[in-house]
Amino acid sequence: MTPIGVDEWVARSGDRRERHGGWRGLFEQADARLGWWSRLALLAVVAVLYGVFVARGNVNYAQVGFNVVLYAILALGLNIATGWTGLLDLGYIAFFGAGAYAYALFSSNAFGNLAASTGGIQLPAVASIPIAIVVVGILGVLVGLVALRLSGDYFAIVTLFVGQAFAEVVLNVAPSTLGGADGLFDLQGFHVGSAAIGSTLGYYWFEVIALIVLMALLHLLDTSRTGRAWRAVRDDPLAAAAMSIPVNRVKVMAVSFGAMVAALAGSVFAAQESGVYSTDFPAQVLILIYACLVLGGVGSIAGAVLGGVVVTVAEALLTSPIDSAYLFYGVLVIALIARVRPWQHLVAVIAGIVGFGFAAHAIVGAISHRAIAGSPGSAGWFASVLRHFVIIPAGSPPAYGNVLYVAAIVMLIAVVQLRGIRRLVAVVPTVYVAMCCWEARLSLEANITGQIMVGAILIVVMASRPAGLLGTRQVEVV
Amino acid sequence: MAPILELDGVSLSFGGLRALHQLDLHVDEHEIVSVIGPNGAGKSTVFNVITGIYRPAGDIRFEGRRIVGLRPHAITQLGIARTFQSLRLFLNMTVRENVAAATYGTTHATPIESMLRMPRARREELEVKARAEEVLGFFGQRLQGYRFDQPAYVLSYANRRRLEIARAMATGARLLLLDEPAAGMNPNETHEITELIGRLRDERGYTILVIEHDMHVVEGISDRVIALDHGEKLTEGTFHEVANHPDVVEAYLGRNPEALQK
Repeated sequence: MTPIGVDEWVARSGDRRERHGGWRGLFEQADARLGWWSRLALLAVVAVLYGVFVARGNVNYAQVGFNVVLYAILALGLNIATGWTGLLDLGYIAFFGAGAYAYALFSSNAFGNLAASTGGIQLPAVASIPIAIVVVGILGVLVGLVALRLSGDYFAIVTLFVGQAFAEVVLNVAPSTLGGADGLFDLQGFHVGSAAIGSTLGYYWFEVIALIVLMALLHLLDTSRTGRAWRAVRDDPLAAAAMSIPVNRVKVMAVSFGAMVAALAGSVFAAQESGVYSTDFPAQVLILIYACLVLGGVGSIAGAVLGGVVVTVAEALLTSPIDSAYLFYGVLVIALIARVRPWQHLVAVIAGIVGFGFAAHAIVGAISHRAIAGSPGSAGWFASVLRHFVIIPAGSPPAYGNVLYVAAIVMLIAVVQLRGIRRLVAVVPTVYVAMCCWEARLSLEANITGQIMVGAILIVVMASRPAGLLGTRQVEVV
Repeated sequence: MAPILELDGVSLSFGGLRALHQLDLHVDEHEIVSVIGPNGAGKSTVFNVITGIYRPAGDIRFEGRRIVGLRPHAITQLGIARTFQSLRLFLNMTVRENVAAATYGTTHATPIESMLRMPRARREELEVKARAEEVLGFFGQRLQGYRFDQPAYVLSYANRRRLEIARAMATGARLLLLDEPAAGMNPNETHEITELIGRLRDERGYTILVIEHDMHVVEGISDRVIALDHGEKLTEGTFHEVANHPDVVEAYLGRNPEALQK
């Protein structure tokens, strides 16, 4: 590039930036050299390797892979309206559900009572998936029209209602067709003629292809006039309108496109489950999709996918006591390493926690043997290590865990408020109480803990990287 | 010369507040017209009614076509583009994307065509890129090269003003409305912007309606000056006619200027 006047100094600012040494520097160099398409290819390779070496022959791993890609696709769809266009769409779950129900209606006996002689409408996937996508796309246009009159928080509130309305409709309207509380079941899987997908692994492969194609299409869209218009509307709707962008049409388009992606995910979900139920689409699922997007980085295609991976894998790990222990202590250690610096402090804190724990355990044990007679909730070698460390009373009464939980949160708030050496000192009992709480109560209640852990991971990541793992900094007014 | 823009008895009220009252105004082709007036005189409101942000009573015609009631993006597509007094860039987009986004009205590829990079989409993308770089090239080296891929929020204030003008140019408009292009600039930059506005007309053939407080700029660029106060036109004419008009002096300095000079 030719030298550019006085601003050249600014242009070369990248060269002056400090580089990391060692493996981290090597990683950064390699990362900088990779283009978008090679990264996509890399992702495809990882997905194929997972499918071939991990998911094959193990239904659980296949299911985890299926969920990971499902949430990645859902996060990608949400990213269109929320990440690019800046519309806080809380009704997104309705599009997912509507896609699933639309697929179910066309691939089961649901319409059988209309045409009993034919045994219902049982279309092959090549027909029912596009139908589901188009129908939900139209639904997206209708919801998007709401966005024309409302912006910001008001749009969020109204779409939240849309999500609720969907749950009520499928539960209460036309139970003979939509199944009511029984849902729709015995769905046909994906099939074209005699070729059919019959296993979770099969759906995993279908999803992976869909994900890669979708990422490529969305990347091309992001760098086109439509993508630019979406991001312009997010940054400044008034200026966008003044720059010849039809803001209303662009917003409706974004909501509708997101809805179509959700419908694709819904179709796969319904086919793999071989059924859809009104309880499949609660607010928790919406929150998880948002967690994927926010964690990965709002507005980033790769971020949405990475967020899907992290959140879904975390959820899956939490269902097994030993895996959830790895996750809990892993997050704990990473948080400590990331936040406690320099390393002398880190060593002091870890030594402090170990010493504090054994001391507390010994003191309480000397006072009452029953107070330490309980066993930790974690399984495997964790349990034997921790038996002489955490304080768990005989029988591990739930009330004890509840008290510890409240105590841990109060102490955590105190830690955040303190500064300097006091914070360092306060971290020690806080971590210990959190560990006791985990072993006494949390590790035994996978469902509740899952939600809490995902929240905790979000907090840790957002505190250190406010823009998400792969997101770029967004500015409002400078 | 034929008027490219005509305002005929344009009035606008916000509740009881009369922002514009029976305003007549016209801009001829290839003319540079300045609008001056004290704060709150209704200058920016004139821009807002022309670009469709507010819907006034009265008549506004662009190239003979009535544009009252059209939505802002439609008016821009007809050929009127503006800058904003309080800069309104797409801060999180790159310099090139800021300009490229403004070509939305002149391109036609559907999302499907873009996703599949079909011939029309590919051709338009190339055109948009070339157009963006060409427009940015008008500002010399300041918005070129490594600047293309920098986000707008890293730009200096003066460069942001330049980028806003570049963005307006990229819409394909023939009439530019510049809202205080020299606000917040140092004397050098102010001088530069004065030249730039002249070049916009002479080299690119734009017709320009500009709001400006800096009287040196107004004197340097204007074919004609229009003075507003309380939403009404005080007077119009050459810079010297307007600057020495007693009503204008009064609007700026208050009643009885002789008393102030004592």
